Amino acid sequence: MSLLDYFKTSKTSSASLAKERLQILVAHERVSNNQPMYLPQLQKELLDVIQKYVHVDKDAISVKFEQDGNQETLELNIMLPDDTTKRF
Amino acid sequence: MARIIVVTSGKGGVGKTTTSAAIAMGLAKKGHKTAVIDFDVGLRNLDLIMGCERRVVYDFINVINGEASLNQALIKDKNCNLLYILAASQTRDKDALSQEGVGKVLDDLSKDFKYIICDSPAGIERGAHLAMYFADDAFVVTNPEVSSVRDSDRMLGILSSKSRRAEQNKEPIKEYLLLTRYSPERVKLGEMLSVDDVQEILSLHLLGVIPESKSVLNASNSGIPVILDEKSDAGQAYADIVARYLGENKPHRFIDDKKGFFGKLFGGK
Repeated sequence: MSLLDYFKTSKTSSASLAKERLQILVAHERVSNNQPMYLPQLQKELLDVIQKYVHVDKDAISVKFEQDGNQETLELNIMLPDDTTKRF
Repeated sequence: MARIIVVTSGKGGVGKTTTSAAIAMGLAKKGHKTAVIDFDVGLRNLDLIMGCERRVVYDFINVINGEASLNQALIKDKNCNLLYILAASQTRDKDALSQEGVGKVLDDLSKDFKYIICDSPAGIERGAHLAMYFADDAFVVTNPEVSSVRDSDRMLGILSSKSRRAEQNKEPIKEYLLLTRYSPERVKLGEMLSVDDVQEILSLHLLGVIPESKSVLNASNSGIPVILDEKSDAGQAYADIVARYLGENKPHRFIDDKKGFFGKLFGGK
């Protein structure tokens, strides 16, 4: 560190940027790492079954797995289309 | 019964072996009979850091395979007679480690030793998994740098789900943070994550901070654990960590920038 560096302070510190990026990433990865291995397959198969009966988009279905202490919850959320003509 | 400590990180090159050697020496110097085991099969280095590379005759895999007894394979440290080293095999591949075999060696060591330090390899493969599987305590070695922090968090997830304690529904492994290669000056300039930042992200109990120090390379060059360099900052930081782990109340050091105005003006270090 020299005399010049002493007066030169960067506007946004790279450390705060690192912290922000890490917090987002770590929060995201913690959720996906705790999920059971079968979750993506389950989601795909559920979607196949539902699409047999209702026209829904791929992203109209969400499967959430949550763990709170000893309690595990599997939450399934399907958005049915507003347009009833789209249903069979 | 021995207390089994795993020194882990996920990422390579953050100071696992340096830390294992220092902590093992520190515990032995405090009067506790300690064994330190290298789990990095194929890439052993603990022997080199401990300065006993020319005395390795039998290794960990030889013991697991029944080709040598534990007493034949344990190398007595030249600086402390309460410290023993079990080297990894340099020739075999990592699949030579079996969970049963490792469990048996740790059980046998537990009868005679107070502390067993498991120096984990980098990564999340077999060696790393087995190093942590039987642990009671985990020292998570982290650098204040994005990839190291991310990998440490991943290791914490594995520690809490894939250990013997987790599988048997026992009290979970106690996890501690060791922040290494820390530069208070760079933290002050906003160029490096601070201790508080890393602690906030990982939510871990801080056991100690090891400052970036020339003494670490000097120690590994000469094969003497850095904790024996009592005048060095890193050596003192490791001594503090051992004391804190044993329950002594030591305030944290090496976190703040102590360099005065003239130090800053003329640089240096």
